[in-house]
Amino acid sequence: MVTPMSIRLKNVTVKRRGKAILGPISLDIGGSGVTHVIGPNGAGKTTLLKVLHGVERLSSGEIDWSQPAEVARQSQAYVFQSPIMLRRTVRQNLAYPLQLLKTPKDEIATQVLDWAKRIGLEDALDRPAPRLSGGEKQKLALGRALIRRPEVLFLDEPCANLDGRSTRDIEALLLDANASGTRIIMTTHDLAQCRRLASDVIFLLNGRVHERGPVAGFFENPETEEAKSFLKGDILL
Amino acid sequence: MSEIWAGIAAAFRLIFSFDADLVEITLRSLQVSLTALVIASALALPFGTWIAIRRFRYRRATIATLNALMGLPPVVVGLIVYLMLSRSGPFGVLGLLFTPTAMIIAQVIIIAPLIASITHQAMRDLWAEYHDLLISLNTTKRQRILTLIWDGRRALLTASLAGFGRAIGEVGAIMIVGGNIDHATRVLTTAIALETGKGDFELALGLGFVLIALALAVNFAIHALTRTESEGRW
Ligand SMILES: Nc1ncnc2c1ncn2[C@@H]1O[C@H](COP(=O)(O)OP(=O)(O)OP(=O)(O)O)[C@@H](O)[C@H]1O
Ligand SMILES: [Mg+2]
Repeated sequence: MVTPMSIRLKNVTVKRRGKAILGPISLDIGGSGVTHVIGPNGAGKTTLLKVLHGVERLSSGEIDWSQPAEVARQSQAYVFQSPIMLRRTVRQNLAYPLQLLKTPKDEIATQVLDWAKRIGLEDALDRPAPRLSGGEKQKLALGRALIRRPEVLFLDEPCANLDGRSTRDIEALLLDANASGTRIIMTTHDLAQCRRLASDVIFLLNGRVHERGPVAGFFENPETEEAKSFLKGDILL
Repeated sequence: MSEIWAGIAAAFRLIFSFDADLVEITLRSLQVSLTALVIASALALPFGTWIAIRRFRYRRATIATLNALMGLPPVVVGLIVYLMLSRSGPFGVLGLLFTPTAMIIAQVIIIAPLIASITHQAMRDLWAEYHDLLISLNTTKRQRILTLIWDGRRALLTASLAGFGRAIGEVGAIMIVGGNIDHATRVLTTAIALETGKGDFELALGLGFVLIALALAVNFAIHALTRTESEGRW
């Protein structure tokens, strides 16, 4: 990590079928914390995460990762809202990102075992990944994302199907990764989780950044009426 | 009726005594259809995969053409290959008409579109499933194709088997371009047609059983493959 990670959006918009689904957004994400993107369904959270990761086609605007796009992508990982499992065993799913980087075989084997333990799937290593339960798939997707030790990790509702205990396990893994230098940008609908993990919050509404700030301020003293209603659980239109 | 039973009994005797004619014809059938299968697969598997993951200008038209080619009547393919290879045709000088090579050419034309079409469907689904992950992991084009081929290998094998099933049971085209010449271009299907015409049911039935056994084996294999695929076991 020569340059500290930073992502800068300049007047980014994303349009699909003539409808603006995101933006215009100008945004600066840096530092080393855990950023939560929150907002109602359809606000554009997933779209924003994909834009930041560089896999969404922009209709206008620019992204600056402070390094070439290729290099930036190589140091990022993304966990999708619905986990994508390769039609292979758990072991092979974990090994895959390292194989792409031509990591030596014995190094891969050690890493795979280590991460299987961390995500609690060491007994399932030889089971086909598509046969795992929803929660197990999410854990595997997280392990597969972290195994490259990314500088930036994007997570789209990583705990959506998890019970309380698995949620705690994942949160511990995320805090751990963050402590060892991985910048985390994630979405959630779980406001309690947001309070537990986030260092700052981006509140999205109708494809725009409606409010942004440190987590404490946002929860104690939201600036906008919409954020107040959202936190109270009101339905936003 | 008794004539038929006698025929069936004689047919089994032919099979289990490894009758020279029967073995020769069976082996030639396998040689022709397996060669056609290898060539058609080498063309159609990469092509089917390619049109599944590449966006290009005439993609829809290509797929439509492929599906239309799949429905070509084999007899017509035979006729066209015949005209191409006949002495007055553009490839007449090669002297390929009435050789196993001509039969292989006809079968390649018949089964390649089928293999490409099945490959395309399977690979399109797999690519839709994997797309976001493979893009996110910053894979090279080569890595993507290798991943798809490896994880779709069952589907690719199924496509090939379906092609083989069609090739081995096909009669119209190879009859026209091969000519059903004894000890040269006679294969299972053409021999059955000839022997039935002559009223020699023994050999016809014996060959028929071999053909049925081959066809059943192919279909069981396809069935087993698609089942393990849908159950996600491998
Ligand atoms: N390819 C697309 N074509 C048309 N509309 C799209 C497309 N992708 C997303 N949208 C629309 O853009 C809006 C934002 O989608 P997005 O997935 O970013 O929302 P979200 O905030 O992640 O919602 P959720 O909380 O339900 O996950 C939605 O209304 C969605 O229907
Ligand atoms: Mg979403």
